[in-house]
Amino acid sequence: MTTIYVPRDSAARSVGADDVAVAIAREAAVRGADVTLIRNGSRGLLWLEPLVEVVTESGRVGYGPVTESDVAGLFDAGFLAGSDHPLSVGIVEEIAWLKDQQRVTFSRVGIVDPLSLNDYEAHGGLVGLRRALEIGGDAVVEEVLASGLRGRGGAGFPAGIKWRTVRGAQSDQKYVCCNADEGDSGTFADRMLMEGDPFTLIEGMVIAGITTGATQGFIYSRSEYPDANDTMREALEIAYLNGLLGNGVLGSEHAFDLSLRVGAGAYICGEETAMLESLEGLRGMVRPKPPIPALEGLFGMPTLVNNVMTLASVPGILVDGSAAYQALGSERSRGTQVFQLAGNIAQGGIVEIPFGITLSELVNTYGGGTRSGRPVRAVQVGGPLGAYFPADKLDVSLDYEAMLAAGGMVGHGGVVVFDESVDMSLQARFAMEFCAKESCGKCTPCRIGAVRGVETIDKIREGIDRPGNLVLLNDLCDLMTDGSLCAMGGLTPMPVQSALRHFPEDFQR
Amino acid sequence: MSRYSTWSAEAAQQVLDLLSEGERLILPALQALQHEFGYVPREAVGIVAKHVNVSVADTHGVLSFYHELRTSPPAPIIVSVCVAEACQANGSRELVTSIEQSIAPVGSRSADGSVDVVEVFCLGNCALGPAVLVNERLVGRVNLDSLTRAVATARDEVNA
Repeated sequence: MTTIYVPRDSAARSVGADDVAVAIAREAAVRGADVTLIRNGSRGLLWLEPLVEVVTESGRVGYGPVTESDVAGLFDAGFLAGSDHPLSVGIVEEIAWLKDQQRVTFSRVGIVDPLSLNDYEAHGGLVGLRRALEIGGDAVVEEVLASGLRGRGGAGFPAGIKWRTVRGAQSDQKYVCCNADEGDSGTFADRMLMEGDPFTLIEGMVIAGITTGATQGFIYSRSEYPDANDTMREALEIAYLNGLLGNGVLGSEHAFDLSLRVGAGAYICGEETAMLESLEGLRGMVRPKPPIPALEGLFGMPTLVNNVMTLASVPGILVDGSAAYQALGSERSRGTQVFQLAGNIAQGGIVEIPFGITLSELVNTYGGGTRSGRPVRAVQVGGPLGAYFPADKLDVSLDYEAMLAAGGMVGHGGVVVFDESVDMSLQARFAMEFCAKESCGKCTPCRIGAVRGVETIDKIREGIDRPGNLVLLNDLCDLMTDGSLCAMGGLTPMPVQSALRHFPEDFQR
Repeated sequence: MSRYSTWSAEAAQQVLDLLSEGERLILPALQALQHEFGYVPREAVGIVAKHVNVSVADTHGVLSFYHELRTSPPAPIIVSVCVAEACQANGSRELVTSIEQSIAPVGSRSADGSVDVVEVFCLGNCALGPAVLVNERLVGRVNLDSLTRAVATARDEVNA
């Protein structure tokens, strides 16, 4: 019997993985080959998708990108024995691109059957939760604090401090909310983890629940992620059936209920207080802080809000200990960051690596430059609110403080590459247009400023009083930065002003 | 053939009655109705307000806030085109232009009434862009040919 893996990840499916899986099953039946087909998550080498893996004595041999029409040829070449073929990429775990990474949060993604709890446990799953139950809440908080883990959603707030605050809050009801509203363009790590290893997120949330004293959790996901939501729902059901959720988590005295909620197409709901409003069924309007959600969050109760990556990092930290995690990284950015290489890039996908790698290494070494083959001109880091870096300034170290000093931010770790055909005045315009469309409307700098920003950039592009309008645009950006209630209006100037600073010629055409 | 049930106030009440205690909130109620009927007609606002025990104004506020909630029936096929940065880097602006010429402009319906074209910001397929969602099927590295095939497949599914 031969085991074959074909990803069920939606990125792989978007380029034909389902057709390939069907073709393999059909071909195996015709040839009388004894084959077990497992639909795994994606390894994150997205340019090789659909990446088919065959289990052999020497390891899992990969073939990719495979199309439906390649399948018969793969059988002919003897791929069930791992034979050579033009599409062969060899032993997948030996591919340098993957081997050089240090996967902690993504350690199981692409390897396990996402909906097999047995497979999950066979690969180290639930060890972190069992340890959490053994050492108790205070010790878990200490571990998370000592690990140096900071919020992976973008703000980079120390996770341990948040956990300690919610644990210390006095209330009959507390909540854990996972922010899975991954709306930043160029990011897909949350989606891939939910599709490829959903039990890690569930385990992380259960640990968060028993540690903070919360008995109810919510995962706030996006309607744009139908596959991830289906996988998550199935995983939740399996978790309930196996005593991982509900009363008496793993036979302990702790109760934790967890459910999935899906948004309705509003970027702003990725802002934590807007997300809480949305979870209450309301308009996604940003709340002023204080009060902080850790003390007054969902329905006014103490609420731990963490990103998918933050919560999914905790089980691994508890397995290997905080010291092992803390040993990775640079300066005050500890552990690993799951970077996502996107846009016009030859080798896009997931690179999980300690903080401190340079942007150039990511884009040029891992990414292999642009997909179009034309020179890289601009790289946007950290989503639509992140800065654009020009090709000659990619030597910046990717950690929270170094990026801040360079006028950017790590954000959720998305890296979007543009080639020389990009018009940066158009990208600046888009940043304002996006803000105008997605602003919740609560504060004036964001609601009105973004509209005025689009108008002003249009005037500059049309050549109307360029010097005056450039001054006006910068002034508007400063006002939005200083005066907005949240990061939406407050950071929209970042892509705009970085484009103005690094690509002034694009505003003079 | 529609993927959805035909709207009636009675049917709407039945949908709302099935909501769990924790989902007796405005947004989940509106989403449940849209899931069942494909859209949320204006007359649903009062029904939801009463069911959730909130004001009509608050309910209308939620209905008008979220991009995805519709107040009129959708076409059988919805093509959601990603227009965010990572897909822009892979030519989504050119794709939108050709969709506009061959199907319909973004935000409108095709002449034969079978396809709605809407814009979305990010489908999470940023390394394999441009990306489009045809009903609930994600298509990566999309061009007009592959999009046309995906629409045809969706048409077969809707008609099946």
